[in-house]
Amino acid sequence: MTDATSTPGAMPHAAPKSSLLTLDSRVRRRNAAEARFRAYGIAAVSVGLIFLVFLLIAIFRNGIPAFTQTFISVPVELVEEKLDKTGNRDIEEIKKVSTFGYKPLLVDGLTTMLADAGIENPFEKPADVEKLVSASAVGQIRDYVISHPDAIGKTVEFRVLASSRVDGYFKGRVTRESLVRDKNLDAEHLDVSDALTESGQMKRSFNWAFIFGADASESRPEQAGIGVSMIGSFFMMLVVLFLSLPIGVAASIYLEEFAPKNKWTDLIEVNISNLAAVPSIVFGILGLAVFIQFVELPQSAPLVGGLVLTLMTLPTIIISTRASLKAVPPSIRDAALGVGASKMQSVFHHVLPLAMPGILTGTIIGLAQALGETAPLLLIGMVGFIASNAPDGIAAGFLSPNSAMPAQIYEWAKRADPAYYERAWGGIIILLAFLMTMNIIAIILRRRFERRW
Amino acid sequence: MYDAPASEQKVNQKSTKIAANKVQVFYGDTHAIKDVDVQIEDKTVTAFIGPSGCGKSTFLRCLNRMNDTIDVCRVKGEILLDGEDIYDPKVDPVQLRAKVGMVFQKPNPFPKSIYDNIAYGPRIHGLAKNKADLDEIVEKSLRRGAIWNEVKDRLHAPGTGLSGGQQQRLCIARAVATEPEVLLMDEPCSALDPIATGQVEELIDELRENYSVVIVTHSMQQAARVSQKTAFFHLGNLVEYGETGQIFTNPVDPRTESYITGRIG
Repeated sequence: MTDATSTPGAMPHAAPKSSLLTLDSRVRRRNAAEARFRAYGIAAVSVGLIFLVFLLIAIFRNGIPAFTQTFISVPVELVEEKLDKTGNRDIEEIKKVSTFGYKPLLVDGLTTMLADAGIENPFEKPADVEKLVSASAVGQIRDYVISHPDAIGKTVEFRVLASSRVDGYFKGRVTRESLVRDKNLDAEHLDVSDALTESGQMKRSFNWAFIFGADASESRPEQAGIGVSMIGSFFMMLVVLFLSLPIGVAASIYLEEFAPKNKWTDLIEVNISNLAAVPSIVFGILGLAVFIQFVELPQSAPLVGGLVLTLMTLPTIIISTRASLKAVPPSIRDAALGVGASKMQSVFHHVLPLAMPGILTGTIIGLAQALGETAPLLLIGMVGFIASNAPDGIAAGFLSPNSAMPAQIYEWAKRADPAYYERAWGGIIILLAFLMTMNIIAIILRRRFERRW
Repeated sequence: MYDAPASEQKVNQKSTKIAANKVQVFYGDTHAIKDVDVQIEDKTVTAFIGPSGCGKSTFLRCLNRMNDTIDVCRVKGEILLDGEDIYDPKVDPVQLRAKVGMVFQKPNPFPKSIYDNIAYGPRIHGLAKNKADLDEIVEKSLRRGAIWNEVKDRLHAPGTGLSGGQQQRLCIARAVATEPEVLLMDEPCSALDPIATGQVEELIDELRENYSVVIVTHSMQQAARVSQKTAFFHLGNLVEYGETGQIFTNPVDPRTESYITGRIG
């Protein structure tokens, strides 16, 4: 009772006074629940992080080798009577010699190289030595001769790609055991390769052609690069940016600021939200039906790909733009209207600048999503095999057939040769690098445009 | 009701700026304002008082058609500004708002420099011919807003960086920069401390020389201090309107008396 009387206004039936130093059971239960919840949260985040780490390790372990390639330096004598019989260096005459005509020169060059390096030539058929190098080597020599006709008659040192199996041997993909059933290469080739590596004739180095080159046929994975499809992706992103940003922002401003709120705008709003969740392959079919079959735009063109991806990106941009317009405090609109600004002036002078960081972030995230999209491209034929190298490939631009990075990766992953598997991972690294760059740009723009109010 | 002949005499002396006849406001199905008749005089501070939700802010926002931005809001009856119906279909609310400025409850400067905050209105209305004109308007408005001395050295600092009271005076300066004829103030001091409130009240008293000021306030002391006329709203009705002194000392309607003495509201 002394407790009750000492505190005026205390409840008449107050429980005996408890100490602050001991926890009562309710508080203990509450604290336990909070601790459990925190543990769940940490566990969830850790699981996510572990998967991310595994993913990154897998990508980099499998993909990094794609950036290096084994090269062989081989001196080739460009015999005059084989390449230019007339001797007057007429370029048209020289062009008549096909890559097949260069084959013996390359074989001779390789044989001489082995002899010079003091390596025993184990091949029964002289032509077998050619299996060491990529099938692209003869083309490379021919291109050189056509652009340097003066070199005919001289011996020129060429740095040619090793064949994909030799390369695979150095990357651990090919072993002597696996070659037993392989008709393309024998164990002798590997012995020679080891010897050539020792003599410094064969070297593994960074392969720029993987980043900037064109795709290659199924039998020459060592030659394939992602460069041309990168250009295709770039063209598509230009189309997406220049169509979806103005259309999306204009549509959101109208819907958010000007449109009357009635059942029509409700219907449109619901539909936009639903469109954002439509599987991208559906947009592909739509693009096929509308842009290719109806409008008769060319197949496989970055313009069509860009249009389809624009349709896919628009809902994302509209939703994020509307969200950032909504986030602008209404007091700013009131202030502008209060000094006699028109609706449009209040939107363009005050609301839009404040919503800009959100709009830009949404746009870049939409673009990044479009950059990584594969499914709709399959339907409009953007998985074309484009083997022409960069300048020829891009010359025609938006309407000439091209591929895109994710479609190229899909193509490679589909091919039988294990060397393409490695290239698919390498392609993923490049794609990720682009996505990361775009996200960093989004963050920087956000920081830059962000203003307090 | 109240002493009609006396107040009407005053009205005639000072000329009516805004006349509202049988104004009804609906928010969807809710009847927010019922049959309000009021004559707001020129060069006078008129205070609207009443409990929360009684419709005084709604009525205030009708006077410059800020309610137009609310889709479900409908206004009936007529509101005449200098004898012209502001709800006439020929009236562009943008033009009206240039004549009837507004200051809001929460200070809402634009996230721009102090200079641009003031210059925005004159710019969009084409009030300044050149930079020098604009500079002059900005200085004059800031002086009228009683904030010139505090900000003259940092006109290009952001307006959002000022203190709450300074921001509100900046907003008042922004409102007077467009040379309005009427200034509507919706609880301009509710977010301010007593010192800032005092400054704003002093300012309102000075503004009376040039403008007709209508102020909504929850503070009856404030209404008594700054206004010459007071209107008491209750549940969407205008209960009583008259000289401030008379309303506070000798209210006619028992509801007014109950509110002023603190029994309702």
